[in-house]
Amino acid sequence: MSAPASPDIAPLLSLQGITKEFPGVRALSNVSLNIYPGRVTALVGENGAGKSTVVKILTGIYQPNAGDILVEGQPTLFATPQSAEGAGVTAIHQETVLFDQLSVAENIFLGHAPRDRFGLIDIGKMADSARRILAEIGARIDPSHKLQDLGTANKHLVAIARALSIDARVVIMDEPTAALSHKEIEELYDLVEELKAQGKAILFISHKFEEIFRIADFYTVYRDGRMVGEGPIAEITEPELVKLMVGRDVSQIFPERVHNIGDEILRVEGFEHPTEFAEIEFTLRKGEILGFYGLVGAGRSEFMQALFGVTRPSGGSVEIEGAPISIGSPADAVANGIVYVPEDRGRQGAIGALPIFQNVTLPSLAQTSRHGFLRLAEEFRRAREYTERLDLRAASLDTNVGDLSGGNQQKVVIAKWLATKPKIIILDEPTKGIDIGSKAAVHAFMAELAAQGLAVIMVSSEIPEVLGMCDRVIVMREGRMAAELTGADLRPETLIHHAAGIREANA
Amino acid sequence: MNASDRNIPDRLRSPFERRLRSWESLLLLVAVAIFVANSLASPYFLDAWNLSDATFNFTEKAMIAFAMALLIISGEIDLSVAAIIALASTAMGAAVQFGVPTPGLVLVGLAVGLACGAFNGLLVTRVGLPSIVVTIGTLSLFRGISYIVLGDQAYRGYPPEFAFFGQGYVWWVISFELMMFALLALAFGILLHGTNFGRAVYAIGNNATGALFSGIRVARVKFILFLLTGLMSGVAAICLTSRLGSTRPSIAFAWELEIVTMVVLGGVSILGGSGSIPGVVIAAVVMGLVTFGLGLLNVPGIVMSIVIGALLISVIALPRLWTGRGQS
Repeated sequence: MSAPASPDIAPLLSLQGITKEFPGVRALSNVSLNIYPGRVTALVGENGAGKSTVVKILTGIYQPNAGDILVEGQPTLFATPQSAEGAGVTAIHQETVLFDQLSVAENIFLGHAPRDRFGLIDIGKMADSARRILAEIGARIDPSHKLQDLGTANKHLVAIARALSIDARVVIMDEPTAALSHKEIEELYDLVEELKAQGKAILFISHKFEEIFRIADFYTVYRDGRMVGEGPIAEITEPELVKLMVGRDVSQIFPERVHNIGDEILRVEGFEHPTEFAEIEFTLRKGEILGFYGLVGAGRSEFMQALFGVTRPSGGSVEIEGAPISIGSPADAVANGIVYVPEDRGRQGAIGALPIFQNVTLPSLAQTSRHGFLRLAEEFRRAREYTERLDLRAASLDTNVGDLSGGNQQKVVIAKWLATKPKIIILDEPTKGIDIGSKAAVHAFMAELAAQGLAVIMVSSEIPEVLGMCDRVIVMREGRMAAELTGADLRPETLIHHAAGIREANA
Repeated sequence: MNASDRNIPDRLRSPFERRLRSWESLLLLVAVAIFVANSLASPYFLDAWNLSDATFNFTEKAMIAFAMALLIISGEIDLSVAAIIALASTAMGAAVQFGVPTPGLVLVGLAVGLACGAFNGLLVTRVGLPSIVVTIGTLSLFRGISYIVLGDQAYRGYPPEFAFFGQGYVWWVISFELMMFALLALAFGILLHGTNFGRAVYAIGNNATGALFSGIRVARVKFILFLLTGLMSGVAAICLTSRLGSTRPSIAFAWELEIVTMVVLGGVSILGGSGSIPGVVIAAVVMGLVTFGLGLLNVPGIVMSIVIGALLISVIALPRLWTGRGQS
């Protein structure tokens, strides 16, 4: 059973019968995984399927309760992150741990810097090696720059350079393309090919099927902590893979919309910020889903956070239902019925160390309490009501949100805002980094909310999502509105052209 | 797969079970052990009046520790509390020279405490400075003013009624201070564990950005916490000045360290985000019992501070070593 329909080559690293339990939850039960040299193995599964847990076991952060890790057939103990690194395993995470205050070269060689004869760090040699590795992966980055001066894509390249500097044999890429632009993704694919040619074994974790079919050689599917299938990618189709993943047929990707557009609820005029955005003007109606599309750095999130009161705009006015309002803080925004589901779930969206029910009721404590005194029973009741509407999966309502998978954390954040009965909900990249099942749940829920008359603003960089969900789309470029598109103008090409400013600039 | 066939339970472990396994239970055991050891070590320990006297070792510090616990849970700290006592006491002493009666003196003490707390709070929440830097600065500032006003002199001549706050008894061996300690413990316990405000304090301490993005008025909550800590320092200043009957600029010197020790010993994370008022109450009693027990045995003061230090480190370190082994 554990012998896969496998190639003529032996796996470089394999997991056998791995089980991992946490209090109240069995994250992995008796799973296996094989990673082959010179091949890309895609690990596929919904959020909560156990992918992150497996990565943590492979990198020595978690120890399994049962099962073996075999490196070239030899049982090996990954007791610490250092021992995993010693065995040649390195991971590039969704949010790789790098150090903003250190230079690029220091980040690449942290923990294994070249030493001179006094045992001190050989700065010259380190810079040279860093330059060489960066050149190898085609990154034009000065190794002496501080990391904080780099953009997201370049930080990613530094993380990859770091992985290569360890002389890794097994490279784990955990959603490496989530934060990258189109061109950068192409460069990453080239890099993966390059690593394959060098004989490295690559584990590729992704939610994007097109890229799995493009670069992977093998697939392994996890569902609810169990392995449900593996084999060569050439022998499976996309619908079959999706079915394995979710355990059912997923016929339609985007929900049917009931178009029930009502009166104007929000009017924004002349919104501007000294550095991030200028001349933002639009209106929003009840029951409408308004998309904000643009490249990373177009100023969409910055504008949304100003609208939500996190930052102060330098000018502009906001009217809700015809009445001008002033928003000086998120608390003011919430009081006026505007809520914001941020892109950065871990830092801004949820409070990981607090339980689910407390996260859900945090903005609506005024309703669940009496004269400022907490009523726990009421909090549990409300948390249950809203989390069950979103089909949250958790061991209990007093589980800490930090222990949930990304998709379930997102459901908690959305539940928290729905409990405030908002008028306008802003969703910033609501499905970034979450699995296809949770994604469909979020989409269906958005459609349902709009049908009930809620006004929805969705910031998204995914064209299918924007086209599939939105009634109207504002394209932003370099902090300004480049276009406002409806109906027949809502096509992938028009979105990309306006976002990149290729032609029809200043429509 | 469907929401209907799954039901998420409220809790996996009952609150009682959770409480049983908590830090506070462990600390309570330590308190009982010290109590037993004390009564075996000295024949004078188990005496109602001696025990009542012993409570003065912690009541004034604990009043501040309650407010400090909230402040530390929110991720801030106030190291100027003892200096606020000095300034408040000096202000009251000066007021005495102008013939201000007891109710006026109480108002002066509370007002100076509030004003100092507001000053700290404004610098932290409006100017955006780190609280540890701000309050190390105001520590020198507040006590410095006392030294300038008093030099090597002392204020005396407090009205006789003023003595009640630090020397009076409300019933049998229950002193006014002990009653205040109990009432304030109750009030702060309810504030932290039973109100929206307390929930916001925990949320801010765990993730201030997340709390802000959840519509919590983070700056306002922190400002109120600095005000409360200043106010409690004023209350402690009234009690201590009344008990001593005089004001010197060195009054309550270095108390801020003992107060922070009390809070941390009570299980409050110095990094913010967790802790409880019952824990601080027990920690206050533990520190009071140790000080008093060693005093009965004629152990010099310097040894006492060594014992308190060792107690702090061992009580903090032991469970961590314990669970650290359990996890791996």
